[in-house]
Amino acid sequence: MENHNSLSEQMKFIRIIPRLDIKGPNLVKGINFEGLRVLGKPEDFACQYVQDGADELIYVDIVASLYGRNNILEIIRKTAEKIFVPLTVGGGVKTIEDIKDILHSGADKVAINTEAIKNPGLIQEASNTFGPQCIVISIAAKRRGVNKYEVFTEYGRQRTEIDALQWAKKVCELGAGEILVTSIDSDGTGEGYDTELLRIISESVPIPVIGGGGAGCSRHFVGAVKDGLVDAVAASSVFHYGRLNNVLKEDRFKEEGNIEYLKSNIKGDTYSSQMTNPLSIEDVKFYMDQQGIPVRMPSKVTMEQNRI
Amino acid sequence: MSNKTKRKVAIIDYGLGNLFSVKSALVFIGADPFITNDPEEILRAERVILPGVGTFDNGMKKLQEKKLIAPIKTYIRSGSPFLGICLGMQLLASEGEEFGVHKGFHIIPGKVVPLKVMDYDENVYKLPHINWNKLSVSKCHTLTNNGSSLWANTILDNLKEDAFVYFVHSNVFIPEDTNCCLAVTEYGGNVFCSVVKQENVYGCQFHPERSDKVGLRILSNFVYEI
Repeated sequence: MENHNSLSEQMKFIRIIPRLDIKGPNLVKGINFEGLRVLGKPEDFACQYVQDGADELIYVDIVASLYGRNNILEIIRKTAEKIFVPLTVGGGVKTIEDIKDILHSGADKVAINTEAIKNPGLIQEASNTFGPQCIVISIAAKRRGVNKYEVFTEYGRQRTEIDALQWAKKVCELGAGEILVTSIDSDGTGEGYDTELLRIISESVPIPVIGGGGAGCSRHFVGAVKDGLVDAVAASSVFHYGRLNNVLKEDRFKEEGNIEYLKSNIKGDTYSSQMTNPLSIEDVKFYMDQQGIPVRMPSKVTMEQNRI
Repeated sequence: MSNKTKRKVAIIDYGLGNLFSVKSALVFIGADPFITNDPEEILRAERVILPGVGTFDNGMKKLQEKKLIAPIKTYIRSGSPFLGICLGMQLLASEGEEFGVHKGFHIIPGKVVPLKVMDYDENVYKLPHINWNKLSVSKCHTLTNNGSSLWANTILDNLKEDAFVYFVHSNVFIPEDTNCCLAVTEYGGNVFCSVVKQENVYGCQFHPERSDKVGLRILSNFVYEI
């Protein structure tokens, strides 16, 4: 190994990861949008995001208990047939069997939230069985004071009285490969990440940290890295909204009956009032690159004739 | 790709690694992949891929249990192209030094050691190295016209230097002969070997089946072009 301590550019590339909340069979819905069948299937969205430069994908099965597991497994299989970037799947993961099913369907990692708190031994067992690189522990937290955050489970509804930083350190000891930390206060607001939450976790653990919750513009992604010190940035609403705007521009959807409903919904949506510009992953990466943050640029930018 | 013959590619199943992703990627590029741990099927294949994620000693143990070490060595001696991915690449070494010293295939002399990052105590560079990162040409190589001519007619054919691929690992392979090192990658103060080549044997530290278009091109080169 060559050691280059005097290298001028020690670069840590930052991953951009769209999160898709999957509700029921064959439907993809941003959490603030109801009745958006016109947007198509999760795997189609996912394809578009990867073309735009998504480094990985996260699927969250929001109602796993209601519909059973088969819907999400089928979506994973369809995704794995045509998308070749890492896929993390979470939502109601409770047992080693659940993890095995998800990984065997084609996902690379599983995200575990609620069950990890209820049964921390699952983290260790899963890490030993599948390897730590497959295990992402998802931590959703609410601010309780300066540098103090409380972990919540059940999609942000259930208090635990557990300190987020203490829990983050604990999951590392138990064999987690990565941590996905999301601010419940910021998520869906478009007002920016809680960089304090991100930072106190990132600087305290030796494993990669993915920060989520609150992106509304490209500047927020830069903040997550420069202030929040995360290794990867996840976002949900901001990209779906960007995609939605692109969809509405397409003439073929004007025939769809629910377009007017869709348009009126957007106007009335509190989230949309924060959004001034639709945002694509490509936009975000360009901006981050300009701000001096190393990212993998979308391949269409760097493609020469016959070369990738 | 309609005029390409469907090459039979064996993906070795020894209980480790995401075989399904490798298979999906190969299906996507039009190959005829099959997952197997049968020595006869491995020897009859036109291409063989050894995937794998996990520890060195566990990898060798599982291969030993399934009596796959001899068939793999025989296949490699036949001269047909072979690709080791991640742990599959590392096992080609003479030995691995994680959790004690363990013997590998010794097909590409060298050793596998833990990746040590700078600023470890400050949690700047995280481990495992889970990230996209660049493939570059090692300074050890004498460059001809330009760096990437070293990659012509290899699995890296037609890639731009600094192409991005996806890594998930905590250990790195140090070949004894630095000429085996087709590509290097930089992380946390280290420059390590990300692609090895010795005649018909290739190893990728990263996951081509998870490296989007670049990864598919690498797999396509492996199946069709070399």
